[in-house]
Amino acid sequence: MEKEKLSFYSLQDNGESLKKIHIYESGISAGFPSPAEDYLDVDLNLHRYLVKNPASTFFIVAKGHSMEKAGIGNDDLLVVDKSLKAKNNDIVIAVVNGEFTVKRYIDLNGKICLRAETEISNYPDIEISDSIDFEIWGIVTHTIHSNR
Amino acid sequence: MIVLADCNNFYASCERVFNPKLKNKPVIVLSNNDGCVIARSNESKALGIQMGEPAFKIKDIIIKHRVYVFSTNFALYGDMSSRVMSILKDESPLTEIYSIDEAFMDFSTISDYDKLAYKIKEKVSISTGIPVSFGVAKTKTLAKVANHIAKKYTTDNIFVMNDSVKILKKFPISKVWGIGRSNSSMLINHGVKTAYDFINLNENWVQQKMSIVGLKILRELKGIQCFDINDYPKRKKSICTSRTFPKDSNNLKYIEQAISNHATRCAEKLRKEKSCALHIGVFLNVNRFKNSDKYQNGFRTAMFEVATNDTMKIIEASKLLLKSIYRKNIFYKKAGVIMGDIVPQNQVQLHLFNDSSQDIKIKKLLENVDFINKKMGRNTIKFLAQGLAKREKLKQENLSPCYTTRWEDILKIDC
Repeated sequence: MEKEKLSFYSLQDNGESLKKIHIYESGISAGFPSPAEDYLDVDLNLHRYLVKNPASTFFIVAKGHSMEKAGIGNDDLLVVDKSLKAKNNDIVIAVVNGEFTVKRYIDLNGKICLRAETEISNYPDIEISDSIDFEIWGIVTHTIHSNR
Repeated sequence: MIVLADCNNFYASCERVFNPKLKNKPVIVLSNNDGCVIARSNESKALGIQMGEPAFKIKDIIIKHRVYVFSTNFALYGDMSSRVMSILKDESPLTEIYSIDEAFMDFSTISDYDKLAYKIKEKVSISTGIPVSFGVAKTKTLAKVANHIAKKYTTDNIFVMNDSVKILKKFPISKVWGIGRSNSSMLINHGVKTAYDFINLNENWVQQKMSIVGLKILRELKGIQCFDINDYPKRKKSICTSRTFPKDSNNLKYIEQAISNHATRCAEKLRKEKSCALHIGVFLNVNRFKNSDKYQNGFRTAMFEVATNDTMKIIEASKLLLKSIYRKNIFYKKAGVIMGDIVPQNQVQLHLFNDSSQDIKIKKLLENVDFINKKMGRNTIKFLAQGLAKREKLKQENLSPCYTTRWEDILKIDC
């Protein structure tokens, strides 16, 4: 009889809202247990996957539509690492004149601008000049989007 | 070398990380129940706002200079502290967390100590947004001095103290770590004004006047290490829970409930640390702005036959002590329970007539209460003495969101 492929998900609340997922690859058979089973128990921890630097990682909710083409919709959850240095084309959390914003970071040979990515309406590029109080707060490393 | 890392204006800085409008603006954080100033940004210090000042006294300054006022948000500060500390621990060979915003690091094995200090300092401020000052010196006490210099007189908030004599000559004795108020006035009376004057005193005289601790401080200032870096958390010597009432009260029932709540918290803290306490004290404080007679404050202690962490015993004792100090015509401002002589729970001296079967039953009961309260929130199960009313809300009119510890509070950014 062909062995049915079964996966077990053990949902364990570890005090946070993210759950641990265990996947058993061999499925269940009533006969001789696979000696390899012990080695196949993979612990997939989504939090660990998304958060490489726990001390410097913050979660932020995006509000608005200016980054929709970059895959960031209204109410999406952003994983933000403060410890990373901004590179050209990163999506960043920036502080411009005391206000937070989420934008694409464009570095054209030292000329910095922040760009919105949307089709809905026109958001002009924010060019960073000396007169603007500007700071990169963190780098958006992941976007978590709910499909329901 | 020893390094002391100390976050600058920590609570105010935590608020700033999530609220960039506060940059370069005066910020203060108030204690529980929005009573007194417990943190100030540099701008607030420049306005002359003092540490510990009651909020109502500086109302005019707050309005006139548009000072941003925050209630204590310990969830936020605690989380930011653990981020800072985890970086320090990762980067340094040995770290002792000294308080919520300070840590000592042992760099004795590192030759490029100033380079590493700079690197760690940068990493902390980039990763967390919290500015931090580093004092580097031969001993803990000197590192404290160096940190003071780093904060006050350097632009990059780091100071490596190689020649201490020059600095100690200008460093007031009252600011030296571990020199209490009474010792410093005693020393000043003997003409000892600076830390340098102090290290030139006769060691025997210092030990006689200030005990062995005073002598250790003196030697540390000379560059001889007397205080070790403890990288393990010490078992607490005493535990205290107290709170200011939202409004002064002379209602015994009300105060009794407050005391029972504090007693319960103390017992929980003891069990969490797997320890027991032999002594218990209860205190009642009057409002010193309304009562000139400070002798109206009440404090009384008692000793258990056997050291305990049993909530029921602790509540019972605290209620008895309360009744012995409470006076009907006095309005009290604050009540608290303090527990001392703390021993590990497995080293408790038993007493001849211990009923161990009863003890085991109670131990099991309390374990279950702790478990349920941990899972479902504090005071899900509580003792009747704590009162049936919902946990009294702290007065926190200016509480910022718990940005890092609650989903519904996380930072929202327009884009």
